[in-house]
This record gives sequence, structure tokens and C-alpha cells, in this order.
Amino acid sequence: MEVIKILSIVLILIGCFFFTTGTIGLIRFPDFYARMHATGKGDTLAVLICLIGLALYHTFHHGAVLDGIKLVFIAVFMFMANPTATHAISRAAFRCGVKPWTREENK
Amino acid sequence: MTIKRTVNMTKQSDDVIVKTLSRLLIPFMQIYALYVIAHGHYSPGGGFQGGVILGASLILLAITYGLDNALRMMSERLNTILCSLGVFIYAGIGLLCIMLGGNYLDYGALDKILHVDIAHARSLGILGIETGVGIAVMAVMASIFLDISTGGLPSTKERDQSD
Repeated sequence: MEVIKILSIVLILIGCFFFTTGTIGLIRFPDFYARMHATGKGDTLAVLICLIGLALYHTFHHGAVLDGIKLVFIAVFMFMANPTATHAISRAAFRCGVKPWTREENK
Repeated sequence: MTIKRTVNMTKQSDDVIVKTLSRLLIPFMQIYALYVIAHGHYSPGGGFQGGVILGASLILLAITYGLDNALRMMSERLNTILCSLGVFIYAGIGLLCIMLGGNYLDYGALDKILHVDIAHARSLGILGIETGVGIAVMAVMASIFLDISTGGLPSTKERDQSD
């Protein structure tokens, strides 16, 4: 039981680390596409790892197997929907003529 | 920076990724909406939230597969009928409670026609109300979206001419 507890804590902490990097990218990156890149990839992985940690904790520590299965379902649907939403938003931006960022000296 | 209009809602989206994913996701969204409606009385959720999820699945269908396909599944006529049916179920159950001797929406009075004890009658009454609210909210969501995106022009030919 202690092993499962430690494993789920480690997974949730790794997920929080990826959330933090995604948020830093969202704030610091120069243009729209780079920001979508940071949040789209980082948050998808972070949600997956966090939810797997929570599902392990619920299934083995609380014995609530149904809650664990529901969390795994949420993780699967987030893993399908989040990259697709990112793709659709950046494609719409590209078609509307948003220019990607370049360095000044390359212009 | 000028944003030119490149989206024509009448036609299907030409994006394979979005179309494949919405074909995968829409049935699960609708099942999840029914789950939210059915579990409204003892967990977070209820008729309004489930109806919004059902309406969102129809809006996703209209965005990816085009307005014509969405209108084929959910025509204006069906929308109007479902709107009225949802309100009718809600008000009908409420008035039925008055007729059976209770207050408006006093589900305990329904035990006389359902032949169960009062607690079960309340549970079933709430489920009926949630179903009515869900149907009405889904139809109104779809109706608002279709009205905005068609610009009030009902047929495909008129929309193409105005573009």
C-alpha cells in the first residue's frame, strides 16, 4: 500500500511539473503558435500523468475501482480531445493570416 | 492585420483530424450527457448540464460535418417540437402534482398514480423533471446555434447566394 501511495504522489508531482512548464511557456513565449505548442503538449501530458496517479490512489488505496475507471476514461478523452483542439485553433489562426514570429535580423 | 472570412459553415470541414475525432467523440458525449441527466438527483449535474452537453455534441456535429448534415439530424421543425415538449413535461408533472392534491412540483403527491412509497415517488418525479429540462435545453441550444450560423436563412440555396 505504501508503495502505491508513494508512486501516486510521485506521478502527481511529475504532472504538476509539466503543468508549470506549460504555464511558463504560455506566459513567456513570443507568439501565438509557440504558446499553443507549449500549452497543447505540456498540459496533455500533465493531465494524463496526474490522472493516472489519482486513479492508482483511488483504485488501490481507497478500493474505489469505479472511480479509478472513470478517471482513466477522463484521461483517454483528454488525450484525444486536447491535441485536436490545439490543432484546430492553430489551423484556424494560420488560415486567418496570423504571422509566425521571427527574429528581427532574419527579416 | 486583416482577418479574412475563410469559413463557410454550410460545407463540411476539410480537416481529416477534426472530422475523425468528432466522429469518435460525439456518441460518447451523448452517452455522458444521458449519464449526467440520469444521475442529477444525487451527484453533480442534472437536466440543464446534461442538456448543454447534448446541445454541444450537436454543435460539434454542425461545425465539423456542415450545417446541412446537422439540419438533417436536427431540423428546425424537430427543434421547435422538442422545445415545447420539454417545457410541457416540466409543467405537466408540476400540474399533475396539484391535481393529485399537493403543491406545484410536490413530487410526493405522485405516489397515488405510481403505486410506490413517497420517497420513490419523489425520486421518480425529479427524474421526470430533469428529463424535461434536458430535452428543452438541448433543443434551445441547438436552435440558438443554428439560427446564428444560418443568419436566419433557412435553405442552403439562400445562404450560398448571400455569401
